[in-house]
Amino acid sequence: MSSSPDPRGELADAISRALDGRAIGALTRLSGGASRETWRFEADGEPLILQRQRAGDTRDMEVEASVLRAAAAAGVPVPHLLASGRFENGARYMIQSWVDGETIARKILRDDDFASARDSLVGQFATALAAVHSIPVDDVPGLPTTDQVAQYRQSLDDLNAQLQQSHPAFELAFRWLEANRPASARRTVVHGDFRLGNVMVGPEGLRAVLDWELAHIGDPMEDLGWLCVRAWRFGSDLPVAGVGNYDALLAAYESATGSPADPEALLWWEVLGTVKWGIMCMLQASAHLLGFSRSHELAAIGRRVCENEYDILLALEGRWSSLGVS
Amino acid sequence: MNVERSPHDVPSAAQLVESVREWLQNDVLTSTTGRVQFHSRVAINVLAMVERELAMGSRQSIEHASRLARLGVASDVELASAIRAGSLDDRIDEVVAAVRASVVDKLSVANPTYMRRDDQSS
Repeated sequence: MSSSPDPRGELADAISRALDGRAIGALTRLSGGASRETWRFEADGEPLILQRQRAGDTRDMEVEASVLRAAAAAGVPVPHLLASGRFENGARYMIQSWVDGETIARKILRDDDFASARDSLVGQFATALAAVHSIPVDDVPGLPTTDQVAQYRQSLDDLNAQLQQSHPAFELAFRWLEANRPASARRTVVHGDFRLGNVMVGPEGLRAVLDWELAHIGDPMEDLGWLCVRAWRFGSDLPVAGVGNYDALLAAYESATGSPADPEALLWWEVLGTVKWGIMCMLQASAHLLGFSRSHELAAIGRRVCENEYDILLALEGRWSSLGVS
Repeated sequence: MNVERSPHDVPSAAQLVESVREWLQNDVLTSTTGRVQFHSRVAINVLAMVERELAMGSRQSIEHASRLARLGVASDVELASAIRAGSLDDRIDEVVAAVRASVVDKLSVANPTYMRRDDQSS
């Protein structure tokens, strides 16, 4: 028999210590991204989720844990956070309850099981976002407050230089974004990646808001605009997450917050979100082109950048007068 | 492609790519599952894109160059800089129309059905 240490056994022991000695079983890795790993396991038979941060991730998972606690307190449906902290090897972790359901957007948008959920989701998303945006900012110290336009302007410049290309449509978009910033006075907690794929859905509708690692402080309309970016409609004709219309989203959000929501601010953030997704497509293609991860799938995503350019030009049709004298 | 000036025999580059795409569609897709089948489907889409670029690319290059020339710039890099600097703001509608025409050309190769029907096969 080998006497070498079993890394999975070591992880199970570490989880057990984090959970006051509960018996850990059925430890299964679900995904491993660049910044974190996700594991499913059982503690005394109860299904739970472990997220473990990898070395090199610049974010602090403990900030995300504090956002999750604050979100739960604000009434956002989220998995229950059982424990968070550092393992003895220094890695940050969070242990959350397992929420059953579906995250795959195309199933939620097409399967008969979710027909009734599709009717409810816009209202439930609006209510959940209103709750996210009600979290007292002082309860969650450490969240970044980066200006999104400046951040993605820099990303585009870096990628253009690396890939030796340029995108006149994105330059138009940045000019328009700079000239038309919404006059929003509200600064709240923003989820930062609220869309199908990052929510757990059951046949009755929204069960839990997941994936809080991009949470930050900003204009709450950012979450609504991102939810309407065409990539997150997954082929559906309906603008809000592929399940509803703008008016329904704005009306439900207004009724949940008790204050008016500006459709122009929603459009502004949808345009910025579309630019962001276009830049993320460039980033994925660059992983292939620069040799970090050779893959024809990543290469092909480089030719999806123009989908976002097209969407921007459609969204801003007739709205260019703020830039010129034509 | 300018077939008359090419020294190559048939099949043309487009026909070669087409033959590989058909093999992926008819044999590989049906005999694979899961991740490999997904990546076969991606490969089919990539080759179909290359076929469209071989068919339309030359005409698109000529038209793109003339759109840029009308705006007094020599490349997308120069156009991007001019937009950023505001030096074409007095011709913003022309600029937007030119950028839109280029984007429609790009999507005509990359993913034509993504566009509104009135922009397809323009």
